[in-house]
Amino acid sequence: MIEHLPILVVVVPLAAAAVVPLVGLRSTRAARGVMLAALAAAAALAVAALRQALAEGALHYQLGGWPPPWGIEYVVDPLAGGMAVLVAVFGLIVAVYTGPFLVGMPPLGAGGFCAVYLLLVTGLLGIVVTGDLFNLYVFLEISSLSAYALLALGGKRSLVASFRYLVLGTIAGSFYLLGIGYLYAITGTLNMADAAARLPAVAASPAFTVAVALIVIGLTIKLALFPLHGWLPDAYTYAPTPVTGFIAAVMTKVSAYALLRIFFFVLPGGGVADDALRLLGWAAAAAALAGSAMALAQTDVRRMLAYSSVGQIGYIVLGISIGTPLALTGALLHVLNHAVTKACLFLSAGGILFRTRVADVANYRGIARRLPISMAAFTVAAASIVGLPPTAGFFSKWYLLAAVLERGAWPFALALVGSSLLSAVYLFRVVERSYLGDAPEAAVASEASEGAPLELPLGMLVPIVLLAAGVLLLGVLSHAVVSQVIAFALPVDGGR
Amino acid sequence: MITGAAPAHIHYWLSGALLLIGLYGMLVPSNLVRKLMGMNILQTAVIVFFISLAAKTDGRLPLTASGGQPPAALDYINPLPHALMLTAIVVGVGTTGVALALIIRIQRAFGTLDERELLAKLSE
Repeated sequence: MIEHLPILVVVVPLAAAAVVPLVGLRSTRAARGVMLAALAAAAALAVAALRQALAEGALHYQLGGWPPPWGIEYVVDPLAGGMAVLVAVFGLIVAVYTGPFLVGMPPLGAGGFCAVYLLLVTGLLGIVVTGDLFNLYVFLEISSLSAYALLALGGKRSLVASFRYLVLGTIAGSFYLLGIGYLYAITGTLNMADAAARLPAVAASPAFTVAVALIVIGLTIKLALFPLHGWLPDAYTYAPTPVTGFIAAVMTKVSAYALLRIFFFVLPGGGVADDALRLLGWAAAAAALAGSAMALAQTDVRRMLAYSSVGQIGYIVLGISIGTPLALTGALLHVLNHAVTKACLFLSAGGILFRTRVADVANYRGIARRLPISMAAFTVAAASIVGLPPTAGFFSKWYLLAAVLERGAWPFALALVGSSLLSAVYLFRVVERSYLGDAPEAAVASEASEGAPLELPLGMLVPIVLLAAGVLLLGVLSHAVVSQVIAFALPVDGGR
Repeated sequence: MITGAAPAHIHYWLSGALLLIGLYGMLVPSNLVRKLMGMNILQTAVIVFFISLAAKTDGRLPLTASGGQPPAALDYINPLPHALMLTAIVVGVGTTGVALALIIRIQRAFGTLDERELLAKLSE
């Protein structure tokens, strides 16, 4: 059983995705049950794999019994295991939240939604556990294709947003694949560990430079790193809330993981790879500032949160680009913290939209009186984006800032602090309005009836409250997370 | 297979040209179907690149004694890129399918596939 954990993590949701549409024809409730069961199983398997990797070192699984470098290898080290837990647990939490959205869908629609959602989780888990560069491309495309389909479910506007994402996403995927082609041409291997052993001998070749450039461009589009973030705001704004909640929480983070994995576990340090990281650092600092500045200009709360994601992705990539153990710790902690925080923000804002049809910042006046629990969760998560202690966001930003100062990189430090100050402005205007503003008469009148429940249905409220609790808990436990998981997930040679 | 007459690396130039044509097709025309066609050309460029990696003159068969190390990549005619590109073609078909489905839905919802008209309708 234990030796099969790496493959089971991927196969369980994949198999469930094949079954779910059939179950959905009989009953939507049963289809949702299968989806939840499969995701719970995947989460349990991921946790087991992570524990095993932490206790006894990385798990290696050879597909079809072919040893690397011939066969495809799956590797669950603490880094991959931690990311797998993140993806599977968020898949489960957001799947719980989908309940009210599935009601009223035609049977084929509900079953199809569950199937595509499971495929998205499968793709992201596959990216995380694979030890093969080409296999990573296949999973990247599985997750992207599922994401295009899910993002298009939000009505007319989402169709166009999804198509644009598809065009850019395919360019990104093709660039990554070409980059892998160049690496394969000079090393003759696709296995990550094998490539890492062979690359230093050929790192001076021009083909290596081209490969690094293509892979970096491909992954930064998938990451939505400024200035290649163009697809993200529309896609996040118009998609159904559960989809945005999940994709905003983990999808760009998994691309960040791929970037980290390739730069610190495959490419040899020094030379071209370091140049690329330096370039990424400046783009990331610009992203942190520009994302927050653009968020300030938005009137739609979801769009504001989407631009806020662009800024927070900058934080993560900045940590990766600096590459010291302290910076990578900060980046990984921010991957976790931002996933919890942004999922909480999107799900509570989406719940408010679901219940009151309010999406504009201007109309948030008095919302806190009508949906007190959701708005409280939103506020806790907002504090985490700004980086107020004791929320989770404070600690990862602290690590990142410490890493930047350790390097003496003052422009980056200014970008981090400036971005936090801007995020305080754009988030607290929402919070302030919702608590202190008077509810406009028109909004009250538009409520269905006086006695209607205003707070969200339990299926939506439980995930929101869990995530808000997670924001606080991860803040309190951040030292434990760093010392017991992230410390083991860092590259063995201690980064750069 | 490169014959004596063709300049060396002509296949790289070919795949590079296809790549640029594909990128142009995806980014410049305003019709969504044209963008999709550009996308298919881009994917073909990648396929040409991989397949041409595998071809070489005087290569040996990709055989190795059981338990032995694989021969150096430069020496043998490699079947693996073909297998990889089969997968890439499947991915391409999947992407094209999703894109066509989106295009049909966009046509039904907006009555146009011209990006400028779509943007005008969206900003109303």
